Amino acid sequence: MTALNNDIQAHNRRATMLGSFVSNVAVRRFIWQALAALALFGSVFWLAANLHHNLAARNIASGFGFLTREAGLPIAEHLIAYTPADSYFRALLVGTLNTLSVAFWSIILATILGTAIGVARTSKNWLLAKLSSIYVDLFRDVPLLLQLFLWYTILQKLPPVRQALNPVAGVFLSNRGLSFPVVDWQAAHGWTLLAFVLCLLATTLYAKRASRKQLEEGRAKSFWPVAIILLVIIPLVVGFSLGASTNLDMPQPKGFNIRGGVTVSPEFFALLVGLVIYNAAFIAEIVRSGLESVGRGQHEAARALGLHPKNILTWIVFPQALRVIVPPLTSQYLNVTKGSSLAVAIGYQDIVSVATTSMNQTGQSIELVGVIMGVYLTISLSISLLMNIYNARVALVER
Amino acid sequence: MIAETDPTTKATAVSIQKVNKWYGSLHVLRDVDLDVAAGERVVICGPSGSGKSTLIRCINNLEEHQQGKIVVDGIQVDHNIAHLDAIRREVGMVFQSFNLFPHLTVLENCTLAPMLVRGVARPDAEAQARAYLERVRIPDQANKFPGQLSGGQQQRVAIARALCMKPKIMLFDEPTSALDPEMVKEVLDTMVSLAKDGMTMICVTHEMGFAREVADRVVFMDHGQIVESGSPHSVFGQPRTDRLKLFLGQVLREH
Ligand SMILES: Nc1ncnc2c1ncn2[C@@H]1O[C@H](COP(=O)(O)OP(=O)(O)O)[C@@H](O)[C@H]1O
Ligand SMILES: [Mg+2]
Repeated sequence: MTALNNDIQAHNRRATMLGSFVSNVAVRRFIWQALAALALFGSVFWLAANLHHNLAARNIASGFGFLTREAGLPIAEHLIAYTPADSYFRALLVGTLNTLSVAFWSIILATILGTAIGVARTSKNWLLAKLSSIYVDLFRDVPLLLQLFLWYTILQKLPPVRQALNPVAGVFLSNRGLSFPVVDWQAAHGWTLLAFVLCLLATTLYAKRASRKQLEEGRAKSFWPVAIILLVIIPLVVGFSLGASTNLDMPQPKGFNIRGGVTVSPEFFALLVGLVIYNAAFIAEIVRSGLESVGRGQHEAARALGLHPKNILTWIVFPQALRVIVPPLTSQYLNVTKGSSLAVAIGYQDIVSVATTSMNQTGQSIELVGVIMGVYLTISLSISLLMNIYNARVALVER
Repeated sequence: MIAETDPTTKATAVSIQKVNKWYGSLHVLRDVDLDVAAGERVVICGPSGSGKSTLIRCINNLEEHQQGKIVVDGIQVDHNIAHLDAIRREVGMVFQSFNLFPHLTVLENCTLAPMLVRGVARPDAEAQARAYLERVRIPDQANKFPGQLSGGQQQRVAIARALCMKPKIMLFDEPTSALDPEMVKEVLDTMVSLAKDGMTMICVTHEMGFAREVADRVVFMDHGQIVESGSPHSVFGQPRTDRLKLFLGQVLREH
């Protein structure tokens, strides 16, 4: 059904694009844009030339030569191998990956939490609606920086490793962060994971086909048996036949530190919790206004046709709400990303933190500010691009 | 003229007995009694706010009545979800504001409910939708979106969408009130042809011409009560109450 929509929308869009390209207004608009771009590049070039001249006159080295020098900069958390003996380039790369990692998880978790709270706000259940509205009012109105300090302080107040909280076996919460077990990774686990991913793909395709078929033939058939075979049984068989060990790498408190398992630092944890809780409040409002933008008449028409509440949500409300939700959601995702730069305040080493330390060591602030801007610009433009593509798919055709 | 139907010999399609409804302290339906026989065409008129919409929306439970009994096609309107499902399958509704689904094409608007609710296979649902779109005389707009159609066309699609569920009873709530005058006729013509095919219809409308042409019975409501009812000829020709006389005077002056 949506495939049909898309074809028609694409057709309409092509038609209008072609039409306006030849029209006079479009040509004039293009000329103005070209002039504006020329003016922009001209002034940037002039500024750069000026800057270079002034720096040279004061004997300040410029350029990106420092990137290959040894950074001597300790970074506690790194997703790729890193030691202080590595170059500035690698240090900045580690910082960028840290930014990406916290932004990625924050966006995913804030979207899930925000959607749940947004749906709860429109609920007929008074308590649920009230609680979620209190959540939104509370967390939306307190500045993010303050909330980060709050979470960080709370995490700092956690007991030391010796008296680490042990809520469930194998999970430790201490002032060193949150530690949990992981499997002892072997090649067999890799194959099991691969089997799972492939089976997940197959399941998605199967589910799509099954729901299409259900509409075509008007018969409902449960797809769960196939899904369970694909998602659970096949990966398990692969794992066992290759002899994947089920041993877990358990975190063990040893003296002042925790050995083994995976530990998420209090800094990352505080930043993640702060970003998720703060942004979920905004996303909840975005989701709520999207759901409420679908008028009462739409619900009534669907009910009068005999559609069930679940079908009304999937086929009538969500598709229409999305076109209202996606644009502000895009800017909220950009806010999450930019908000992650507050990491510097609680000592999580994101790109801003690594770059500012590098600035102090090298004095090359112009270049490093350029790096920070480049990183954020690239992330932001990528998010915008993805969301715009998605938005075009859910847009409505109007006269 | 349309063939006479004799309500006494036919099965009862809708039976409304002593129905009362309140919005908070506002008493909007007062002891309403109305029986509609299968194949009968009833027109409901009355001043704005008299409870006409509320009454017909109680028939398919878009609104809940608080007292009295409503039976539709032998099924009682109550809290039983299976009953409501069954009733909504048999009762089609057309709204003043069309309420088409703007994100679906005209064809998809017409096929969605038959596929999801009646389990009709897509090819059959599409063939049937095209047939009904032909009937309401907009066959060539099937792949357009509602936003690309005129008001009159949208309302005819809304009628086709309801018909695709093969309802036994059709409810119309002022289907022409939101239309520009030049589009009223195309929608009324569609409704007249539907009436000629013997559909059971309950229409809230102030279109006296339509009422005269198709209605077996005209019901006049005021302040949540049925004040007068009878043939179009007697209700419009010999109003007995002052309220109806006043109302007819106002409607005639407007038209
Ligand atoms: N959802 C509602 N909540 C409160 N009052 C309502 C609601 N819907 C309708 N009413 C009131 O009920 C009365 C009857 O309304 P309605 O049935 O729409 O009248 P009509 O269709 O005859 O114009 C009016 O006074 C109206 O203001
Ligand atoms: Mg009304």
